[in-house]
Amino acid sequence: MYNQTEIIKDTSELGADGELVINMGPQHPATHGVLHLVVTLNGETIKKIEPHLGYIHRSIEKMCESLTYRQFIYVTSRMDYLSSHINNLGCALLVEKGMQIEVPDRAKYVRVILSELTRIASHELWLGAMAMDLGAFTPFFYAFREREMITDIMEDTCGARLTMNYIVPGGLMYDLHPDFQKKVKAFITQFKSKVTEYEDLVTNNVIFQSRTKGVGILSAEDAISYGCTGPVARASGVSCDIRKIYPYEVYDKVQFDEVLETAGDSFARYMVRVKEMNQSIRIIEQLIDNIPEGDFVGKTKNVLKLPKGEFYTRVETARGEFGVYVVSEGGTTPHRIKFRSPGFSNLSVLNHISVGSKIGDLMASMGTLDLVIPDIDR
Amino acid sequence: MTNEEIKEYITTLAPAATYDETGEWLNILVTAEELQPLMLALRNGKMQMNYLFCLTCVDFKTHLTMVYHLSATTHRQSIVIKANLNREQPVIETVCDIWRTAEFLEREVFEMFGVHFANHPDLRKLILEDDFKGYPLRKDFEDPINMIKL
Repeated sequence: MYNQTEIIKDTSELGADGELVINMGPQHPATHGVLHLVVTLNGETIKKIEPHLGYIHRSIEKMCESLTYRQFIYVTSRMDYLSSHINNLGCALLVEKGMQIEVPDRAKYVRVILSELTRIASHELWLGAMAMDLGAFTPFFYAFREREMITDIMEDTCGARLTMNYIVPGGLMYDLHPDFQKKVKAFITQFKSKVTEYEDLVTNNVIFQSRTKGVGILSAEDAISYGCTGPVARASGVSCDIRKIYPYEVYDKVQFDEVLETAGDSFARYMVRVKEMNQSIRIIEQLIDNIPEGDFVGKTKNVLKLPKGEFYTRVETARGEFGVYVVSEGGTTPHRIKFRSPGFSNLSVLNHISVGSKIGDLMASMGTLDLVIPDIDR
Repeated sequence: MTNEEIKEYITTLAPAATYDETGEWLNILVTAEELQPLMLALRNGKMQMNYLFCLTCVDFKTHLTMVYHLSATTHRQSIVIKANLNREQPVIETVCDIWRTAEFLEREVFEMFGVHFANHPDLRKLILEDDFKGYPLRKDFEDPINMIKL
C-alpha cells in the first residue's frame, strides 16, 4: 500500500545532478520535418541541445557531380523546397556567369517577380506553422488562404505547386502564362487587404508577444560568428541582404528597404519576416506592369561546358544567403559542387540561443529560425 | 584594400603563401601548418574578416584542398584561403574557435572527406550514421548498392 499523500519520484532515469535527456523528434510535430534534437534538461531548463541530422540526407552534392549543368538545377528544388525558384536562380546565375550567357530583360524581370512570390509564400507558410507551434491554430488557415493564390500562380506558370522548376541557364523554360499579370495583381490586392488581419491576430496578440519577446536572444556578433543570414541575422541588426549588397538581376533597379530589427529575440525575427512580405509586394508592384516584351530565353549551346576554374554565386532565399560553389575541370559536369545552405548555419546557433531558457521557449526559438530540414541535410 | 595590399599584408604573416588572381576573388594557398595563425590574424588584425561564409573541401584525386571563403561585414571584401592536404593522413588545425560556424561545417567535412581537425571540441559524424564506412565525397568512394553510375 502506498501513502496517498506521498509523491513517488522515479529517479532511476535521471543522470548526475538531476539531468534528464529527452529526444525531440525525428517525428515531432514542431520540427516540421525529420530533425532529431537531443535535449539535456535540468528540471525544465535547457542545458544543452544537440541536433542529430541526416534523416533526409540524399547526398545531393555527390549526385550533382554526375549531372550536367542543365540537369543539376532540378535537384536544387528538392533542397529548400519553399524557396525552389530562388535556388534554381542561384544555380542558373552560376552557369551564366561561368559561360557569359546574356539573359534577356524579360527573363530577368520574371525571375525577380517569381523570387519575391516565392519569398512571400515561404514566409506565409512559416507564419502559419510558427503560430501553430505556439498553440494558435487559426493563423495557419489565414496564411494558407493567401499562399494558395501564389501556388495557383506557380501551377499556371510552371505546372507544379511545390518543387517548381522554371528557371534554366539563359532565361526561362517557356514563356509566361497569359493570365500571369492579372493573377499576380489580384493576389496583391487580396494580400494588401488581408495583411492587417495577421497584425490583429498574431502581432498584437498578448499571449504571442509574451511567448516570443526576450526569448532566444542572439547578439549581432554571435550572428556573424555563427554565419547566420537572412531574417535571423537581420533581426539582430546585421545588414546581410544579398539583394542589396551584391544586387543580381534587376534588384538594383527597384526600390525596397532592407528590414532590420535590433532586439535579436524571437519577436524581432517574426517582425522582420512580416515586414519583408510587404517589401516583396513593393518589388512586385514596381515590376509587374513593366515586364518587357521579347525573348524569354537567351541563346545557349546545347551542351553546356563551364571553363576550368572556380565559380561562386549567392542569392537571397527566404532563409538567407544561398551560395553555390563549383569547381570545374572544363567538362560537362562539375568536379565538385558545394551548396552553402542558409538553414545549416542557422541551425548551428540553436544550442547557443536556447541554453538557459525553459523547454517551452524552445518552440519559439526553433520556430523563428525557420528551419527546412531537406535544406540542412541536402 | 586592393589585391596588391592584401598580398603584401599576407606575405608578412605567411611567407610561403602563393597567390592566384584568375578567379573572381583573390585565392591564397598556404601550407596546413601556417593556416591557423594566418586565420587568427585575418580575423582579429586589420582586415577584420569576421564572416566565414563557406568552408569546404575538394578532392583533386592526388590531394585534398581545404577551401575557406572569408568576408567582412564592414568592408565586404571577400578572399579565399586554401590549404593542400595529403590524402592518406589529412590533418589540419581547426578554425572553430575563430568562427563558430566552422564547428558544424568541419564536422561535415570530417565525415565526407575524412579530414581530421586538430583541437576540434566535438569531432563526430553529423549527417551520416555512426557506423558508416568510407568517405562519400571522395572521388574513389565506391558503393555498388546505392550508387548509380551515369
